[in-house]
Amino acid sequence: MAHINLPEGFPGISAGFTFRPETAKPMRALAHVLLHEANSLTPGERELIAAYVSSRNGCYFCQASHAAAASCHLGDAAVVEQVKTDFLSAPVSEKLKALLKIAGKVQQDGKLVTPADVEAARKQGATDIEIHDTVLIAAAFCMFNRYVDGLGTWQPRNPEMYAQMGRHLADEGYKEPSIRRPVEVNA
Amino acid sequence: MPHIALPPDLPGIRGAMAFRPETARPLNALVEVLLTGPNTLSRGERELIATYVSSRNCTHYCHSIHGMIAAAHLGGDEALVKQVKTDFMQAAISPKMKALLTIAGKVQQDGKLVTAADVEAARKQDATDIEIHDTVLIAAAFCMYNRYVDGLGTDQPDDEALYRERGRRVARDGYVTVSEEYLANHAHAAH
Repeated sequence: MAHINLPEGFPGISAGFTFRPETAKPMRALAHVLLHEANSLTPGERELIAAYVSSRNGCYFCQASHAAAASCHLGDAAVVEQVKTDFLSAPVSEKLKALLKIAGKVQQDGKLVTPADVEAARKQGATDIEIHDTVLIAAAFCMFNRYVDGLGTWQPRNPEMYAQMGRHLADEGYKEPSIRRPVEVNA
Repeated sequence: MPHIALPPDLPGIRGAMAFRPETARPLNALVEVLLTGPNTLSRGERELIATYVSSRNCTHYCHSIHGMIAAAHLGGDEALVKQVKTDFMQAAISPKMKALLTIAGKVQQDGKLVTAADVEAARKQDATDIEIHDTVLIAAAFCMYNRYVDGLGTDQPDDEALYRERGRRVARDGYVTVSEEYLANHAHAAH
């Protein structure tokens, strides 16, 4: 049960967003710029970073929904699972591996990122904006994950619900809610 | 030295924000709503939560500047702010604030550590659902801001006077207004 009186039937972050629209607006806007707007990193690559960080934070709702969004972008659910469990052996670019390494350090503590980590990403062609966005995506998911878990939100174990959310996120981004009304699923 | 080519004259989050105005705008909008918007928690109380979480994350720039913003809202009481950073249970703050800081400290580690008993303890001190929500989100948001500032290797000066002066300005004018100067000055230089 949620720690506060969140609206019934809204899973994960959609409950927090519905409860407090004033803070939802800038949080949606941030996710939209980071994950959906034009970028030299593809939306699929950026969703992989989000799913990876959320997985490391053990936030079920966020890792499932961003894994679903990444799967839609990439047309490949297996690679997403592989990134979550062991990205070094996943069929992703050397650049993305170097960026995921930075993201994993930011997830623990930003101070762990070393010049050598950044240099390794640069050697694979990463730009300053790509490194910046990797750091901020990882940092932002340390917020989103804590928000979702810290409120004790409802996080159903329902693959179909996440698949639908992932489709919406991949197609529309984050400006409009992917969950507009209470959902009924077997939790 | 920062890990990427941030504008050299802007310490902490300001350099990062000037580098990327597209993300700076929602980042500033969020902190503005959370820490300065209409709320039953005072601005000073909310800044103390931000300061406490930043202190636990050991992000020098964030805990210094938010500590000074908090002090500016609390009649210049820097000693109180320091006490909250080091041992808030001994600080001269309300039992409600102590219960909320306990929740914030758990969110700083992992949101899943917050228990029904923690929330009940805050409610017994008259914390409302919105206050509990905002405490969780302030703590979560500073886990983002802190990692952003540290993860880019930003410049984080030691000079307390610099934070004191800046803290007074932010307390007076708010985040969005103060951000306009460096976003306007650097938007073209960065890209």
